[in-house]
Amino acid sequence: MSTVMSTSSSSALHASRVAMHRRRKWINHFALLMSMAAMAFGLIWLIWILFETIRLGLGGLSLMTFTEMTPPPQEEVGGLANAIMGSLLMVSLATLLGTPIGVMAGVYLAEYGRSSWLGNTTRFINDILLSAPSIVIGLFIYSVWVSRFKSFSGLAGVLALTLIVIPVVIRTTENMLSLIPNAMREAAYALGTPKWKVILSITLKSARAGVITGVLLAIARISGETAPLLFTALSNQFWTTNLNEPMASLPVTIFKFAMSPYENWQKLAWAGVFLITIGVLALNVIARTFLRNKH
Amino acid sequence: MDAQVNLPTTEKVKLSVRNLNFYYGAFHALKNINMELPEKKVTAFIGPSGCGKSTLLRTFNRMFELYPEQRAEGQILLDGQDILTSKEDVSLIRARVGMVFQKPTPFPMSIYDNIAFGVRLFENLSRVEMDERVEWALKKAALWTEVKDKLDQSGSGLSGGQQQRLCIARGIAIKPEVLLLDEPCSALDPISTGKIEELIDELKSDYTVLIVTHNMQQAARSSDYTAYMYLGDLIEFGPTSDIFMKPKKKETEDYITGRFG
Repeated sequence: MSTVMSTSSSSALHASRVAMHRRRKWINHFALLMSMAAMAFGLIWLIWILFETIRLGLGGLSLMTFTEMTPPPQEEVGGLANAIMGSLLMVSLATLLGTPIGVMAGVYLAEYGRSSWLGNTTRFINDILLSAPSIVIGLFIYSVWVSRFKSFSGLAGVLALTLIVIPVVIRTTENMLSLIPNAMREAAYALGTPKWKVILSITLKSARAGVITGVLLAIARISGETAPLLFTALSNQFWTTNLNEPMASLPVTIFKFAMSPYENWQKLAWAGVFLITIGVLALNVIARTFLRNKH
Repeated sequence: MDAQVNLPTTEKVKLSVRNLNFYYGAFHALKNINMELPEKKVTAFIGPSGCGKSTLLRTFNRMFELYPEQRAEGQILLDGQDILTSKEDVSLIRARVGMVFQKPTPFPMSIYDNIAFGVRLFENLSRVEMDERVEWALKKAALWTEVKDKLDQSGSGLSGGQQQRLCIARGIAIKPEVLLLDEPCSALDPISTGKIEELIDELKSDYTVLIVTHNMQQAARSSDYTAYMYLGDLIEFGPTSDIFMKPKKKETEDYITGRFG
């Protein structure tokens, strides 16, 4: 009796397995198709943007782009030298100012204030700052700096960009330090290492690749920021490295030139777009290699 | 529950634990522990998971202090000096009481620097002296022949067993008096485990070694004294041969014969 039961049920079991498996396979194919379609949809725009940037950007690019100042409308000779210089100057100064502050605050959050009142409050405020629209930061610097000193200036631009760098670096530093297992810290303390040395030589060193990646991504982010510079550094059609004067930058120049009806300006705007895109792309590639080479 | 705490008079006491209670927040993890640990001998701590043996080990170098919700009450005397209430900086106590952990933790630096790191904290050695110290520690940890040609390579490139011996070398390089081993072989294969057990046997000529292990054979093979713990109590403590051959308590016998735990 029981043997008959088991034979009939085993063939039924087999039939059920085959049916269920077929169903699962079909669902799998469908899900795979949908996710590939979604990927293609996303990729198409990205490739299109890159293609247009290269097509129009390379057309406007020449040696003059790097040697000549931004021209008046409808003039043959002209480049982006002052805007490139302004962008390089403001972005590097903002990075130099923002990185140490961000790394130190990140170290505080991960190593000292993990669950303290001050740590939690700082983390909360930093998250708000991280997602604050950059135009708000531009307006803030405008009201506390530009309007007080009655002048747009490169320095004000640097300050606005620094305020964008800091939360990004704080967040990545804290996250990367939190990934370091406590066993590593304990092993260092077990040798009698003082806390500051554990942080500098062990945890921060282990998290080095991640922290550098965070800084590079912050640089990529501020290289393309327009809004915070519109209210602070404004623009300048002449070459200047004086931080007390208004200063040209690539994003603001692109904004101004691309919206103009003049053909030479539009061409230069595309050349600027090309330069920023290539720069940000290069930074992203460097950031990725850093993360990959992590021991 | 009070275990026999007196050592044979032939042994010199290195560490003595008096009325030690330990708390994780409100949880009472060690209950009134009293014991004396002999100098230059290997003492093994056995017992089921959660019995408090690792917790006890982590009080000997005050490692628990890294976590604010953990606290210890009572006395731990190292050569007669109470390390729990000592005014001395905890770093100096940890230089005398070294520790090796369950998982190998090579630091993000070269093999050489992994060893030199701890030495540099407490001693100003010349390049030659440091070279000698690194070689001495690596030889002591039975790792020298395997790494002597790649001292400048990263410590994380070594195999798990080599990494653990690197951590032991790092621990003995600063010349501690006591060495705490918290399940040092649980992440290792049998061959690496064998090497580390041989090493433990050699280490006891210079150091007081305390080892936490889940491996009963390891405790029987490599220790002179064994402590059996259960639910935060020290149930029985004595010479390893006594604990394994003629335990005084029924609970100990049940555990080591595998009827429980």
